[in-house]
Amino acid sequence: MVNASVEGKTYPETDPYLVGREKIREFALAVQSTSPINLDVFAAQAAGYSDVVAPPTFAVVIQERSLSSVLADKEADIDFSRVVHGDQRFIHARPIVAGDELTSQLTVASVKTLGAHAMVTFETKIHDANKQLVCTAISTLVVRGEE
Amino acid sequence: MTHINIASLEVGQEIGSIEYRLTRDSLVRYAGASGDFNPIHYRDDIAKAVGLDGVLAHGMLTMGAAVQVAINWIGDPGRIVDYGVRFTKPVFVDGVKGAVLTVIGKVGEIDVENSIVRIDITASCADVAVLGKAQARVRI
Repeated sequence: MVNASVEGKTYPETDPYLVGREKIREFALAVQSTSPINLDVFAAQAAGYSDVVAPPTFAVVIQERSLSSVLADKEADIDFSRVVHGDQRFIHARPIVAGDELTSQLTVASVKTLGAHAMVTFETKIHDANKQLVCTAISTLVVRGEE
Repeated sequence: MTHINIASLEVGQEIGSIEYRLTRDSLVRYAGASGDFNPIHYRDDIAKAVGLDGVLAHGMLTMGAAVQVAINWIGDPGRIVDYGVRFTKPVFVDGVKGAVLTVIGKVGEIDVENSIVRIDITASCADVAVLGKAQARVRI
């Protein structure tokens, strides 16, 4: 069972993740994007960006890096095999662009129990190398109880 | 970028629709691109063992594909300033037939002052909604 006392706990900031141009293209194709601004450097630059722009849900890759530290935390006691993704939101201060070096820091925003199940909401702040906020990712995981 | 005159928009107006055919290949491609290698997204035996009816698409793949309807409309993925969904139903992806995901975008709210339009997205599979409250805020 999820330990409700981890509500409010903040985990250490992750090491920087360097966003690669080919990674953005690979991710964009995987989410079926056809936008030239995801794929073509010249199209992205014509639209005013320094390089190709990541799809809005690419921030999940960065979020995942801090989520793994919670899932590994014995104190939190979250059984990943019982986890279902409940909801997800990305609030972008600016889009992620190839060349960005991003760190993420996760806080357990809330833990709610519903019978045998628990709903855990995480808030992950993603910052660039200049310590400017790029994206806030909010994710709720539903942890199914043992039957 | 596509030029959109915010004053000409109306709440409820459809901005576009997309029909995707998702296959197991789509799931494996998304697993590799995202780093989410949960085997329920490619192995029937493991999906069954954890009580699922079969292999299902990553919720994040459905979420990522669904927002393309708003991106195609505005013409710039960097203008999606806020995007959230609830995962309400799984998208089962048959090994042979795959699955068809239908996405429709409509104008949900118009904020002229801040030049933001909320696009409400419906995503369904065999007439069953798979995302709830899927909303993308787009900077015009």
